[in-house]
Amino acid sequence: MLPRSPHAAHARLLDEVGGVDQVGIEERVAKFTTRSIKKAAKVWGLNLAVSMTDLTTLEGKDTPGKIESLCRKAISPHDDLVVPKVAAVCVYPSMVRAAKSHVAGTGVKVASVATAFPSGQTHLRTRLAEVRGAVSDGADEVDMVINRGAFLAGEFTRVQDEISSVVEACGAAALKVILEVSELETFDNIRAASFLAMGVLRPGDFIKTSTGKTTLNATLGNNQVMIEAIRDFYLDTGIAIGMKPAGGIKTAKQSLQFLIAVKETLGDAWLTNKRYRFGASSLLNDLLRQLEKEKTGAYQAPYYFSEAAESY
Amino acid sequence: MAAPRKGSQGRAGLIFGDLWEFDPAPETADPKLKARYDLFINGEFVRPRSGKTFDSINPANEQKLAEIALAGAADVDRAYQAATKAFKGWSALPGRERGKYIFRIARLLQDRAREFAVAETMDGGKPIKESRDFDVPMAAAHFFYHAGWADKLAYVAPGRGVAPLGVVGQVIPWNFPLLMLAWKLAPALAMGNCVVLKPAETTSVTALKLAEILQDAGLPPGVVNLVTGAGETGAAVMGHPAAAKVAFTGSTEVGKRIMRQLAGTDRRMTMELGGKAANIVFDDAPIDQAVEGIVNGIFFNQGHVCCAGSRLLVHEPVAERVIAKLKNRIRVLRVGDPLDKNTDLGAINSREQLSRITRLVASGVREGAVKYQPPCMLPKKGFYFPPTLFTHVTQSHRIAREEIFGPVLSILTFRTVDEAIEKANNTPYGLSAGVWTDKGSRILRMSTELKAGVVWANTFNRFDPSSPFGGYKESGFGREGGRQGLLDYARLA
Repeated sequence: MLPRSPHAAHARLLDEVGGVDQVGIEERVAKFTTRSIKKAAKVWGLNLAVSMTDLTTLEGKDTPGKIESLCRKAISPHDDLVVPKVAAVCVYPSMVRAAKSHVAGTGVKVASVATAFPSGQTHLRTRLAEVRGAVSDGADEVDMVINRGAFLAGEFTRVQDEISSVVEACGAAALKVILEVSELETFDNIRAASFLAMGVLRPGDFIKTSTGKTTLNATLGNNQVMIEAIRDFYLDTGIAIGMKPAGGIKTAKQSLQFLIAVKETLGDAWLTNKRYRFGASSLLNDLLRQLEKEKTGAYQAPYYFSEAAESY
Repeated sequence: MAAPRKGSQGRAGLIFGDLWEFDPAPETADPKLKARYDLFINGEFVRPRSGKTFDSINPANEQKLAEIALAGAADVDRAYQAATKAFKGWSALPGRERGKYIFRIARLLQDRAREFAVAETMDGGKPIKESRDFDVPMAAAHFFYHAGWADKLAYVAPGRGVAPLGVVGQVIPWNFPLLMLAWKLAPALAMGNCVVLKPAETTSVTALKLAEILQDAGLPPGVVNLVTGAGETGAAVMGHPAAAKVAFTGSTEVGKRIMRQLAGTDRRMTMELGGKAANIVFDDAPIDQAVEGIVNGIFFNQGHVCCAGSRLLVHEPVAERVIAKLKNRIRVLRVGDPLDKNTDLGAINSREQLSRITRLVASGVREGAVKYQPPCMLPKKGFYFPPTLFTHVTQSHRIAREEIFGPVLSILTFRTVDEAIEKANNTPYGLSAGVWTDKGSRILRMSTELKAGVVWANTFNRFDPSSPFGGYKESGFGREGGRQGLLDYARLA
């Protein structure tokens, strides 16, 4: 009786992947915020953060015009040509074609959210059709949401099978699995869900914190729980999964703290946009502002930096 | 979960290389050091009657920091006379008035926190992030806490009256120079005692800088007197007949010597001595946080911590995983210039201490324990030692029994709860212990059965002024902090 209940499934999963102590994790990440990154190391970190950005617009009022301005910004973030391109633009499926037409051949990828983003509350066949549609429109990467309802009900096999189906529907496109950490609530759940997803992902796929549509998004704490899960999974299986914190990272300083966490937890092999991304929009201009300050010694007024992705 | 798929099973490793080297980030605040520090007696700085001085050096680069007066027996006597004279007035002050002085000391210390942090780091070698985020704020917190008690002494021992003891002689160690000073001064002053205190000879500077604060706070002359010097000065402070009580923090060996010296007198004593704490990790513990706690337990302040978790007892089912994770974790510890804000492990306090650590580590290797040190570049000048783990350590190894007082962790394993308790208690010391488990009832049992003054559960090296700290067995007696600490400076009436 008992071993079949959803509660028992949850206990078994936690037992297998191990728990997380909240106080301990918060103590650990507080140490990242006291690192002091200066001069050349700062410039290198800021440029790296630019190259890891998934420049995002996910709004009901998005139009092909907005997408065009977003794509131009992604290709050349700043008039200073030394600054790298961003990793990708992240848009709704209906905007994939428009985005693709602007970034094709530039090295900037098109990522599309799919699977009834952000809630995921529709039939699996509809979600899969959406993924296929986005991929056939030219999406290089797909950002899916997991079935949080099923996870919280203890139906782990279902959560995992659904991710598997999306992996299949992606074809050659890379997949980013959004756990929506604020709805999983506990660090234990975030770690468990990370392992569920990684168990069916391919090397080069990602796990991602949030949709950016709920109150609490990426924090150093849930980023740490997820990158520790990635590290443990990699050391066990040799399969390297990427990580994407999204939502709430608005300042250059924050992004450097996340990168320090990566450097000290996953090591140098994850300091690349092939394995780490920031889902953000307003972050980009703050990175540019700080880069400009490092170059000239003075902060420039905000209107010196072109706006293309204001708001999240 | 799906079965693990094909991959380079078990062979994958992490790369902690030089892809993103951090530039130096030195703390640049001026420590405002004087070239020469005199003794602080009767509210003013005076030349020592001994006519002698000694040098305080910066262990990070072996450069001379300041010249310090060496107090002889005559100087110590002079300090006790000043304290005895001041006692009448100080003890007669209403508690709320004494509290005002102590509050003022706390606030002045906060005002000059950065300056004190830099001075503490240059004098002792600890990383600036620790002196900035722990030592100085915690020292201020102790003054604040005890200032709060000063006008509430009627409630320290309900139903009993309390009175100060008189003049108290105190000797403090070099590992937390300013913080230990605060631990000693604050309760003594709040209770109405006067003090003659000797800082450790390698770390006198922040104590003498605090004397400037005592002057600025307008503390009446003679209430606090600071005499500097080495062992002989310490023996004079501990042995002076005018002392109503002595309080000592330092090694068990010196503590025993003091107790022998004072045997047969009516002198009150508190002793906070050595430790060899067991940090016990069970198989149900959150492993990554336990690893963090282990690191914090042994590498905090280069392991110069009497309550350091220097013996790791790890449950056999998880031993391999814990050790693997620990090795990865210490690869990213940054050893080097203590004044760099990114430094995790600073300099060893003195050449003498460095050679003691080196000697004990060599004995570990000789006795067959397996040593692991991550690759790290140590500065050429100054006293440094890399973070070190020993596996295959048994109870009879010297490195499992003697206090190393350095960044060296001895790892032992256990199979059952009883075995863990037995091994943890199998030491002459009993200052602290740590327990890592998800099971609440086990924490309660362990905290009852471990013979240690402090038992931390799922954390390590946590301190608070309101929480009493002190030892069992050869780790000493008496408590510091909290109501209990205050009572050690009082006579019950």
